[in-house]
Amino acid sequence: MKLLGIETASDACSVALDTGTEVLERHHEQPRMHGRLLLDMAVELLAEAELSLAGLDALVVGRGPGSFTGVRIAVGAAQGLAFGANLPLVPVSSLAALAQGVVRRDGSAGVVTAVDARMDEVYWGVWQADAHGVVAEVVPERVCSPADIDLPAGHWRASGSGWQAYPEILEAAVRGQPGRVSEAPGQPQLARALDLLPMARQMLAGGGEFAPEQAVPVYLRDSVAWQKNG
Amino acid sequence: MRVLGIETSCDETGVAVYDSDRGLLAHALYSQVATHAVFGGVVPELASRDHVRKLLPLIREVMTASGSAPGDIDGIACTEGPGLVGALLVGTAVARSLAMAWDVPALGVHHMEGHLLAPMLEHPAPEFPFVALLVSGGHTLLVDVQGVGRYRILGETLDDAAGEAFDKTAKLLGLPYPGGPELARLAESGQPDRFRFPRPMTDRPGLDFSFSGLKTAVLTRVRELPDDPQTRADIARAFEEAVVDTLVIKCRRALEAAAMAGDPPRLVVAGGVGANRRLRERMAEMAATLDAELWYPRPEFCTDNGAMIACAGSVRLTDADKSHAITARARWSLSELKPPALIRG
Ligand SMILES: Nc1ncnc2c1ncn2[C@@H]1O[C@H](COP(=O)(O)OP(=O)(O)OP(=O)(O)O)[C@@H](O)[C@H]1O
Repeated sequence: MKLLGIETASDACSVALDTGTEVLERHHEQPRMHGRLLLDMAVELLAEAELSLAGLDALVVGRGPGSFTGVRIAVGAAQGLAFGANLPLVPVSSLAALAQGVVRRDGSAGVVTAVDARMDEVYWGVWQADAHGVVAEVVPERVCSPADIDLPAGHWRASGSGWQAYPEILEAAVRGQPGRVSEAPGQPQLARALDLLPMARQMLAGGGEFAPEQAVPVYLRDSVAWQKNG
Repeated sequence: MRVLGIETSCDETGVAVYDSDRGLLAHALYSQVATHAVFGGVVPELASRDHVRKLLPLIREVMTASGSAPGDIDGIACTEGPGLVGALLVGTAVARSLAMAWDVPALGVHHMEGHLLAPMLEHPAPEFPFVALLVSGGHTLLVDVQGVGRYRILGETLDDAAGEAFDKTAKLLGLPYPGGPELARLAESGQPDRFRFPRPMTDRPGLDFSFSGLKTAVLTRVRELPDDPQTRADIARAFEEAVVDTLVIKCRRALEAAAMAGDPPRLVVAGGVGANRRLRERMAEMAATLDAELWYPRPEFCTDNGAMIACAGSVRLTDADKSHAITARARWSLSELKPPALIRG
């Protein structure tokens, strides 16, 4: 399957192209440049693979959670490409992509993601890989204070910026059983576009319409004290 | 030349298709006023969230309504600034990627140029040159418009915009957001001569404005008087009269200066405050005494909309290339604009 994936929910601007025979990737860790870099990176990848947008089977987008603006840039760009090229658009959790990256690197089966959501909260998710190495949600992803997390029994690999930002998470997660959570070695801190693709392939195989306007951002944080302008 | 236009600079999502031969073919608008009303002002994050949910459905809608197939669109114009960065980024992300998919140029449009050229959506349209008064929630500008991209700012506000002054004063009077139209309604039942507020900066030459002092004058009045409905209406009336009078005085000066310079006296009024009935009456009287032409875009094109962006895009499309390099620009002065390359020669 030929897929183009876009992930910009963090400081990384990441684009991946599955050409059907190999996966190519462009990945830049450069905050606040996503709007400018993203399309050029996609164009570069397509040119390298001598593919056109119209020759793809679907687009894939990291729909958050993460930086609000970053998520909207990814979703906006992906919607425009998908609508313009008349392709399905598959939304995938950016936290799931982070977990998928751990599975790809070290073959772990269980991954727990905590991404710094500022305001003393983390985006929290618990993921389990299936027999094909594709992660699925174990508990619903959510935004919460480090003290409020809960981790199912078992052994988990930890990934994401939240563990460093809030060291108290580890204690809350293991609840007195230190061995339960270990750091993923050389863990990817930021989600990569190529790690969106396994879930997207599975979702596409499961059938469905995937209209571009249905792929909308998932912020998780929906009720902060909104500040009006000025 | 057929252009898809996208506007997401503030709290309206606007999309339109404009054809340089056949005029405006379709336009659609989603107003977020209700979303922001409970907060008493525009919440930038909520504005951006609405834009990203509404934009693609609106694009589909105008493509269908205008009977356009993707191959009929020669370019995509999108507001590049000035405005709320997060909101602008939604429009530019979609515009650029859609242009890439359709293999057409994407073009960034200056929001205020969209407003300035909005009267060109009408038939007949005013000829150049004209003096334009842009009075909205975010801007108060008097501009000498000699042609597309040939703008000279004659005057602007040093503090609050006229619409902002209406909104803030409405709030002082306990009216719901956005207060401008509410205040205008209240003013209808006010007595004209009970209060008089200053006409800021009319006692000296020049075409700049300042409305923040007026708000303070109102506040002082509100504090020293009993709070009864008639007093509030009378204050609203006096406030509206002061703003309108100030705008009319400056427009008259600008038109007289234009006439002195040999240009026909021609005034275009655009922006949300242009909907104000009292302003329209007084402008008409003033224009009549000067034998000046007076033009307004139709009300829905006075406020933010996609049609004005598609229209401005159509006259600038020759400047666009397929690099699709539009950026969001929070600040961007109208005076930085130049005429399109073709006209520039
Ligand atoms: N009848 C009226 N009388 C006075 N003010 C009005 C009236 N109708 C609308 N307004 C004011 O017009 C403003 C809205 O206009 P508009 O939508 O053009 O501006 P904006 O989107 O706030 O700003 P900008 O276009 O500068 O970004 C508000 O301040 C509103 O109160």
